[in-house]
Amino acid sequence: MKTLKLTSVLLLFIFIIVTSCSDDFVDVDSLDPNSEDFFNEEADYQDALIGAYDLLQSSYINVMLGEIASDNTLSGGESATDVLGIQEIDEMIHTPVNQQLRDIWSWMYAGVNRANYIMEFQDKTDFPGKNVVLAQARFLRAYYYFELVKWFGDVPLAVDERIQFGDQFEIERTPKAEVYAQIEKDLVYAADNLPASWDEAETGRATKGAAQALLGKAYLYQENFPKAVEYLELVIGGPYDLVDDYDTIFERDGENGIESVFEIQYTDKEGAGFGCLQCSEGNVAVGFNGIRNYTGPVFESGFSFNVPTQEAVDQFEEGDLRKDVAILDIDAWSVANDATFSVGYKHTGYYNRKYIARKGDLNTGDANLTNPNNYRAIRFADVLLMAAEALNKGGLGDGQAQIYLNRVRERAGLSELDLTGPALTEAIYKERRVELLGEGHHFFDLVRTGRAAQEIQGFTSGKNELFPIPSIEIELAGDRWAQNPGY
Amino acid sequence: MKSKIFLLVFFFALTSSFAQNVTVKGTVYESTDSPLPGVSILVKGSSLGTATDFDGNFTLEDVPLSSVLVFSYVGFQTYEVQIENDTPLTITLQEDAEALDEVILIGYGTQAKKEITGAVAVVGADAIEKLNPVRVEQALQGQVSGVSVTSQSGSPGSSSNIRIRGVTTNGNNNPLILVDGNVIEDLSVINPNDIESINVLKDATAGIYGVRAANGVILITTKSGTKSSDLSFELDAYGGIQQTTREIPVLDATEYAVLVNEAFVAGGDAPPFLDFTQLGSGTNWQDEIFQTAPISDINFSVNKGWENSKLSVGTSYLTQDGIVGGSDANFNRFTGRVNYNLDFLKNFKLTTSAIYTSQNRKNLLENTLGSVLFNALNMAPNLTVRDENGDYTLAEGLGNEVINPQAQIDNTYNNTKNNKISGVIGLNYSFLENFNIETRFQFNYSEVSGKVFSPEVYYGSGKVFNVDRNVVTEFQNIFRDYTWNNFLTYKNTFGDDHNVNALLAMEVIQFSGKFSGLTGFDIPDNSYKNASIENATDVVDNFPLGGDTYDTRLLSYFTRAQYDYKGKYLLSVVLRRDASTRFGPENRVGYFPVVSAGWVMSDESFMEKSSWLNFLKWRVSYGIVGNDRIPDYGFVSLLNGEATYVLNDELIFGRAEGALANPEIKWERQKTFDVGLDMTFLDNKINVTMDYFNKTTDDLLLVPQVSGILGASAPGSRPPIVNAGSVENKGFEFQIGYSDDVSDDFRFNISYNMTYLNNEVTFVASENGFVPGGSFGVGQDPPARMEVGQPIGYFYGLKTDGIFQNQDEVDNHATQVNASPGDLRYVDINEDGQIDENDRTYIGDPIAPWSMGLNMGMNYKNWDFSASFFSSIGNEIIRNYERNQPLTNRSAYFLNRWTGEGSTDSFPRVTTGPNSNGLLSDFYVEDGSYLRIQNIQLGYAFNMDNSKGIDKFRVYTSVNNAYTFTKYKGYDPSASTGAPIGGGIDQGFYPIPRTYMLGVNLKF
Repeated sequence: MKTLKLTSVLLLFIFIIVTSCSDDFVDVDSLDPNSEDFFNEEADYQDALIGAYDLLQSSYINVMLGEIASDNTLSGGESATDVLGIQEIDEMIHTPVNQQLRDIWSWMYAGVNRANYIMEFQDKTDFPGKNVVLAQARFLRAYYYFELVKWFGDVPLAVDERIQFGDQFEIERTPKAEVYAQIEKDLVYAADNLPASWDEAETGRATKGAAQALLGKAYLYQENFPKAVEYLELVIGGPYDLVDDYDTIFERDGENGIESVFEIQYTDKEGAGFGCLQCSEGNVAVGFNGIRNYTGPVFESGFSFNVPTQEAVDQFEEGDLRKDVAILDIDAWSVANDATFSVGYKHTGYYNRKYIARKGDLNTGDANLTNPNNYRAIRFADVLLMAAEALNKGGLGDGQAQIYLNRVRERAGLSELDLTGPALTEAIYKERRVELLGEGHHFFDLVRTGRAAQEIQGFTSGKNELFPIPSIEIELAGDRWAQNPGY
Repeated sequence: MKSKIFLLVFFFALTSSFAQNVTVKGTVYESTDSPLPGVSILVKGSSLGTATDFDGNFTLEDVPLSSVLVFSYVGFQTYEVQIENDTPLTITLQEDAEALDEVILIGYGTQAKKEITGAVAVVGADAIEKLNPVRVEQALQGQVSGVSVTSQSGSPGSSSNIRIRGVTTNGNNNPLILVDGNVIEDLSVINPNDIESINVLKDATAGIYGVRAANGVILITTKSGTKSSDLSFELDAYGGIQQTTREIPVLDATEYAVLVNEAFVAGGDAPPFLDFTQLGSGTNWQDEIFQTAPISDINFSVNKGWENSKLSVGTSYLTQDGIVGGSDANFNRFTGRVNYNLDFLKNFKLTTSAIYTSQNRKNLLENTLGSVLFNALNMAPNLTVRDENGDYTLAEGLGNEVINPQAQIDNTYNNTKNNKISGVIGLNYSFLENFNIETRFQFNYSEVSGKVFSPEVYYGSGKVFNVDRNVVTEFQNIFRDYTWNNFLTYKNTFGDDHNVNALLAMEVIQFSGKFSGLTGFDIPDNSYKNASIENATDVVDNFPLGGDTYDTRLLSYFTRAQYDYKGKYLLSVVLRRDASTRFGPENRVGYFPVVSAGWVMSDESFMEKSSWLNFLKWRVSYGIVGNDRIPDYGFVSLLNGEATYVLNDELIFGRAEGALANPEIKWERQKTFDVGLDMTFLDNKINVTMDYFNKTTDDLLLVPQVSGILGASAPGSRPPIVNAGSVENKGFEFQIGYSDDVSDDFRFNISYNMTYLNNEVTFVASENGFVPGGSFGVGQDPPARMEVGQPIGYFYGLKTDGIFQNQDEVDNHATQVNASPGDLRYVDINEDGQIDENDRTYIGDPIAPWSMGLNMGMNYKNWDFSASFFSSIGNEIIRNYERNQPLTNRSAYFLNRWTGEGSTDSFPRVTTGPNSNGLLSDFYVEDGSYLRIQNIQLGYAFNMDNSKGIDKFRVYTSVNNAYTFTKYKGYDPSASTGAPIGGGIDQGFYPIPRTYMLGVNLKF
């Protein structure tokens, strides 16, 4: 009996030995790198930087809505309920419940976080040329924050650290001025450290001129005219120039040309779907702006959003070479080219020709979402007009302002103007509108120059200068933030 | 059977004595010569009896000569012998296939049904044979209370959702399915004919499976043959045809033209059909799409038993065409199975089994905007399938998603192949009388490969399905897993009455796999024939940044102690410790206890006299089970997000954070309480099972919406997983069966089961108070929510209150944008005088509170007949298969539209003008209750007494999914995507076909 017991104990013991397995068995590392154990070599920084650039592509919606919110274009689309958020902004009846505003909010912050991820680990590993990586990260952070202040005013400001899960309940909205101060600091650093140009293979990266131009623009938005002039004139003195033929700027061959100070890069080489528009490597706005059910030459079909108003079309002076580049009169076009199309919601007869789908791309599916048209975010003409405006409004030299203005007019085939003072201001405003029509700037130009209420139907002063912070975003951050006035 | 005989003997025994008594000794063996302990031996007609010891020996004194000894043991045929003298007996008991029903798998062991303390239900091979399912899940529908089976689609090879006692979590609600102990996620690889039994563990006693048991456990045993049996062959085959159960009534061409004209005029546009007298009925697109499709299945198996071993080999081939797409939607499955058990020694046994499955499936787009059926419903009836040139007609003007469905079928090339091998090997060693040690290793390996080709195609201007550049994707995904268990059992009886059974076990599980895929463009000639990556240009790797492998592991230790006193008072305690890779180091380990008890009240002396009651047992169980079925690595932040930008017109791939991390995530815990009773009465002809259950899931793992400033909407990122909710499922189940062998010629059985289920979300820690899901229409808010006080996934939208009959009614109502007479009138829920999104409220529940099944069978002489019914009552479905564009077709109920004051108060007017009738409201929510005749089968078994070699020859005919009684307007009220939030939204569900079959069962 004793031996039996012994055997059984022994067997039990063996059983336990055989089956004992340490909890190490379930301690498995992922094959994907851990975000907290990264930045060990230059390649890691470069990889993370691409991630920060990525969100630039999602700003297509900012560009579309910057136009639709203004008096330049109408929402369009299929029907009154086609992308409700866009329809409401067009009519200035948008509320804090708006998916597109939430997209802008979330996607720009995604960009901020990815830039801050690099900055958080800026001291971890040293390598030659790190300043150029950091300069790009800071340029991108400034770009995203600038969009956020433009749209929402005071926004939570995180610097050199990501906003991590849990932080959303702590972080406060930071006054706009402080956000601008950070934007300026970042852009000064970027301007000091970025190269004037890149090797061809790196085309699309931020340059010194891009940082200076964005900085000048940020000053202009704050009506700091001397500083605006200072930085914008640095760009004017740089390697940029106007393209002779305005028509070529928005075609594929004109991408990243001499006039391009900063350009958001898109391609048709990767597919995309509606489930993740921000994931597309193509310019989603181009398909959305495209001609509804179009069949015919040159262009391709799209969703008929962002259609120019008659009033905007009428802004072009007689003989303005830019009119037929910016505006497609679809009725005339279809008659002349035997093309067909169908009429969408709020059809005006016009399309935003600079950014509608064209034939000749790869049409990688979904072809509406993968148009390769780069967005010319900062054009040299824009820089000239901003400089002219700053000079004029800052009382810093209407003569120089005229020169800049007339450079733009001359290229458009228009006569030189010899105006000063408020008349010059008005002329610059008008020139900006037609020169940059369809490029997403007009709403913010109207707001910063105080003309929005008189120009935009339904615009309420003291309210619509800013867009509401999506109410769900306020709730998800612990219901602490005050809503923008009027919403 | 044995227990019934035992009870009969016990209750109705008369003690009798004879002058001449002897002492009988002997040994009882299984068929393999291994001694059988615990066999009960009774002197027939007396209370005298004993049981065999561990070596199968027994001694029974004072046995009257000429009396009959009855040997009985669970799982074996009863054996009787007349005592003529005191010669020692050697008895060999034969295994009883039928009696196996009475032994129930309880996880890492078996238990007599009588002694089970948990809520366990069994579906036997008989029932499966009667139902003739294509998929195993279909055998569960209506057979077992508390189990709900919805199909994701009726298309060949599509899968079903099994829910045991409701929806308990926001994630994966599928029960754990084990086939011979081996984890099988996808039941399509199992041939239903190979199944010996299906056991469903519904309550906390499933917790022996710990972390994976929160949604219940289904244990499937495959056929393994019989020892010491002759070589036998079985051939089962059927062929059949399938057809749709329903076509949704839509407008014909003339009606369509009238309504379109009316809509255009109402919208202030010119009517497009000036002369519609020649249109006639036009094209019935559903007739064009639906077809009668064949199905056939053949099974062949061989069984042989030797003294120490048994072998069962089976093979099968199923091929099924689609009622949509025919052979373009074919599914076929080949299976091969081997089960071999060998006893090296009486106390050292080997069990092995292997299943190989190869299946091929062709897929068409289903249940989404722009799926084939969606298009058939919305395609204009005035258009023909092909134009005068013989080309497919373009669906011009019908919105961007509606295309010619026949063209769509022809241009779809989406083939998936799955090769899978599963194996089990186990060794069992008994020692020291009471100990048993077992080790089992189970594995699965499968390769799922496929090719998807999208040819260049033009369906009409602006169609989202147009392909301007052809593209091919080839993928191969490898899935591997193994489970290794080791367990030690100790079984003993102390002082005759105290039975103890203890289990000590460990388990190691690892799942791993690798995904790969390439996408390329510009296939020459735009033809499927050439569609391969070799012929493509611009080939890209679908996993450029990794994220293509996974490795998930579980390490578990567990113990179970069972005690009973005279088989009358039963107690079972389980404790399990699980460690999972899915949680961070601090929260990795979870402990899951389960306690259950039973009381066989009918064994009490005060009950023994009952003349009608044969058996009555109370059961109660309580336990905590865990759930870790969430994506891997939720506790750390990995750089597997998308970081792609373009430099110099080339794609550049970088690195960015994927899903946000939540280092705090921990086990989701489900507390399950069950109390029930099992009883049989009237000579065991009637059996009843009743259960009340309450399952509360706490620390529910979900992916909430999070603040946008966290960056979770960046490409390839998503919010973190958090423990942030509670859901309660409570209800009761009732099952009653009656079976009677009226005479040798006539036997029948009937059973009915019913389940009531109440689901309520009791806590959501999301800041905005709810978690949204699902989709409705185009660009509308998610229609379903998880929110406190409501059932999970309830429908959230506007309530309607009839139709505006005139302008006065519009003017006197709360302000409703674009409203005109004839439009739906929405209820101003918040009474702010404004109809807007703040007026949305509860408008339906996708979870059926009531479900019931009725199954009956009868045999008369050579004929057999069976029928089964299932009913689900009280759930709602959102009708979302109508595109509602100016020129799309409409359901026939639009004939009852509002046409003027007083015409109707139910259906809105038609108009192309702005209106808000398309917003999600209860107008689109329908009662999804139904009663379905699941299966009717009539068979005839020929008398084979004279023909040599053939043991059984039966032919049968059956109808599956014979008829559905429902008010639901869509195709199939039983369909659901199975999503906890966003299921029950019908975008043109592919109906489960009605199948007429002719079959034969042959055994020789």
